[in-house]
Amino acid sequence: MTDNAFTPGIRSGRLSADDYTENFSDLHPRLDDHEALVAADRCYFCHDAPCITACPTDIDIPLFIRQIATGTPEAAARTILTQNIMGGMCARVCPTETLCEEVCVREVAEGKPVLIGQLQRYATDILMEEGVHPFTRAPATGKSIAVVGAGPAGLSCAHRLAMHGHDVTMYDPRAKAGGLNEYGIATYKTVDDFAAREVDWLLQIGGITVETGKALGADLTLDALRERHDAVFLGIGLGGVNALGLEDEDKDGLRDAVDFIADLRQASDVANIPVGRDVVVIGGGMTAVDAAVQAKLLGALNVSLVYRRGRERMNASVLEQDLAASKGVRIITNASPRAVIGNGAVREIEFEYTSDDLSPTGQTFRLAADQVFKAIGQTLQGTDLPTLEGRKIAVNDAGRTSLTDVWAGGDCAAGGDDLTVTAVAEGRDAAEDIHASLTAAAG
Amino acid sequence: MADLTSTFIGIKSPNPFWLASAPPTDKEYNVRRAFDAGWGGVVWKTLGEAGPPVVNVNGPRYGAIYGADRRLLGLNNIELITDRPLEVNLEEMKRVKRDYPDHALIASLMVPMNEDAWKEILRRVEDTGCDGVELNFGCPHGMSERGMGSAMGQVPEYVGQVAHWCKKHSDLPVIVKLTPNITDIRKPAQAAKEGGADAVSLINTINSITSVDLDLFSPEPTIDGLGAHGGYCGPAVKPIALNMVAEIARDPATAGLPISGIGGITTWRDAAEFMTLGAGNVQVCTAAMTYGFKIVEEMISGLSQWMDEKGMQDTAEIVGRAVPNVVNWQDLNLNYIAKAVIDQDACINCGRCYAACEDTSHQAISMSENRIFEVIDEECVACNLCVNVCPVEGCISMQQMAPGTTDPRTGKVVEKDYANWTTHPNNPGHCAAE
Repeated sequence: MTDNAFTPGIRSGRLSADDYTENFSDLHPRLDDHEALVAADRCYFCHDAPCITACPTDIDIPLFIRQIATGTPEAAARTILTQNIMGGMCARVCPTETLCEEVCVREVAEGKPVLIGQLQRYATDILMEEGVHPFTRAPATGKSIAVVGAGPAGLSCAHRLAMHGHDVTMYDPRAKAGGLNEYGIATYKTVDDFAAREVDWLLQIGGITVETGKALGADLTLDALRERHDAVFLGIGLGGVNALGLEDEDKDGLRDAVDFIADLRQASDVANIPVGRDVVVIGGGMTAVDAAVQAKLLGALNVSLVYRRGRERMNASVLEQDLAASKGVRIITNASPRAVIGNGAVREIEFEYTSDDLSPTGQTFRLAADQVFKAIGQTLQGTDLPTLEGRKIAVNDAGRTSLTDVWAGGDCAAGGDDLTVTAVAEGRDAAEDIHASLTAAAG
Repeated sequence: MADLTSTFIGIKSPNPFWLASAPPTDKEYNVRRAFDAGWGGVVWKTLGEAGPPVVNVNGPRYGAIYGADRRLLGLNNIELITDRPLEVNLEEMKRVKRDYPDHALIASLMVPMNEDAWKEILRRVEDTGCDGVELNFGCPHGMSERGMGSAMGQVPEYVGQVAHWCKKHSDLPVIVKLTPNITDIRKPAQAAKEGGADAVSLINTINSITSVDLDLFSPEPTIDGLGAHGGYCGPAVKPIALNMVAEIARDPATAGLPISGIGGITTWRDAAEFMTLGAGNVQVCTAAMTYGFKIVEEMISGLSQWMDEKGMQDTAEIVGRAVPNVVNWQDLNLNYIAKAVIDQDACINCGRCYAACEDTSHQAISMSENRIFEVIDEECVACNLCVNVCPVEGCISMQQMAPGTTDPRTGKVVEKDYANWTTHPNNPGHCAAE
């Protein structure tokens, strides 16, 4: 008998091949040409448009939409990519409903914003499929910069530095470049190996060497990098995962959600990824939703997402919460984990209801669980880093750290939301500051 | 419920909505379905002389201009008159008229500039029992190169001459269809009236090239790499047509000459507007070509409702109601002062009014840091551009300043009495006239 949704335990192959294909297909397929024109026609070309202000990378949105409307999506893509070299990925993963589309005057007026994110994807996909890389390098400067971490911040920084004629060496501990784009985003948001294709496309600028399998602390030291290069950019993300702080947290069946998500992204066939019958995800952010939704899509019978505070405090956007609910994920709020129950492997998780200030109520309940994903946040890892602010690297507006030749950006740096688009903006801005700093010194 | 039955130059029809002479009226099959769908009358697609019929191109005949979501705003065609044998058309017209005696059936005609040709076609057309003839002096492409259509319509003397021949050789009511491809539309209308025509219809299509294929460098519609100008119609031409209808309606030389209004009529509202400017009925083509015959149902229900709301019983009450209010610029009241007012509750803060005003001429709208847009009365000339570019209907309005108040732009008290340019002190002719 083959496994199905009712089979207890952590099992792969719960669904038919067709179901897997359907479940992990593109969440929002690219607009076709006509859909794009209709969507573009809705843009009012606002004066000093609010959507531009809301975009962390300041993309000139009304301009690129007008370029789509007039049949020049390639020009639209150049408008986007000039500000945001990872405009393709951002079009897929940006929480547009809380950024550009939230302030779109048509959202305010009608509750129906211009589909900015989908239009951005339309334009960038067309340009990238044509194999066009619309930027060229300035004459070589002879300067060398180390970019540590090949995620969105690092790639953005490296591309901008390369454009300015600097030589860039990127270091990343993983086997592939891309960072969270490659390892940390739900499969249905970035199908057809898009993250890797985007990295390849980005590297066409030239002047960037990528060294994978090189981790700061293990294979590299910051001091050595500073010695070897004219400047260093740290885009190392948050490598550690927060623990629940419970006894028996090491029981079989408990995993970090980020590992589950990475496994899905790297799987040649998602049917091989095992999932529990009763899955509990603990956390309230995008990672929790990505894990919960994908557990459901893998054929788990019951998936509960449990968050310790109220729903309005969840980091996952309302759209993400609605996506989870629509896929059959049960969202339980105001409940904190108290105990892992099971003999060797987890069988149940006990929760206590907690108010928004996390004060206990004394009321407990248990959820059946043969698989538990922890998604309560990630932390900065590393020693000998520049001065921290809180639990992240302290930076100024231009990404400068406490060390004169070291910049930082993305999730590892203090300030800003932990979003792909924010990381891209910070990487880009740090690159401009590095460039200014190095060329000023030369002059 | 208002009575929509219409009598136009003695021709009765169940409503004032006729289908214009065009592809939809080229054959019995279509005209029967048009009448069944509710159209009050049909002007049969233009008939030519007996003999081998004209031929049409076998490539694209139409080109289009679109608004948002491919809404068709303008259509261009290079189709000629009917390319079916005259005898076939006449037999079909006869059968249709026999079966639809209460509907208007008009024969559109186009033959060369000689009396015998007109005499002969009239003789043959009369036999169909049709209610009247419309002289096609308007087609601006193809036929005009052969000395017919607009080539005749552009010469008022020819218009008058042919109208005269037609009245001389037939008892049928004669409508002269005018071309807009002329400097002063009043001249052919006057000629038609002098020639004895019972009515004019207008406008025919406007010379046009809809677009250029930027790969082939050829006008569209492109046929084997080449394009010829066509005739433009559809909603985009309505303003041009309305003006021409009004010009004829208010010209003392043609005042009272019945007009059949044509040009981009798509809804009941368009039809009502044409009729208020003097059209006794209307003819529709592009809207039917775009959406099908069914649209007449909306036109009937809409016009009925509006007439009921206005307390009108008969479509004749609409005709010409706006004509007295069409004047020359110099007759406009210069003492009428208005200011733009933005309804802040309706405003969606897009800033289009600001960009338009700022980059046009008057810099009369301010923008605050939190995107509040307000009119600066000291600068506002009430040009209406902000109203025109605002995407929210009713958000910005022009409000009249009460007499006795002071216009902050000029510092002058608003006068209560009407005064126009003819008496304005800045008018050099003002003194001379005194």
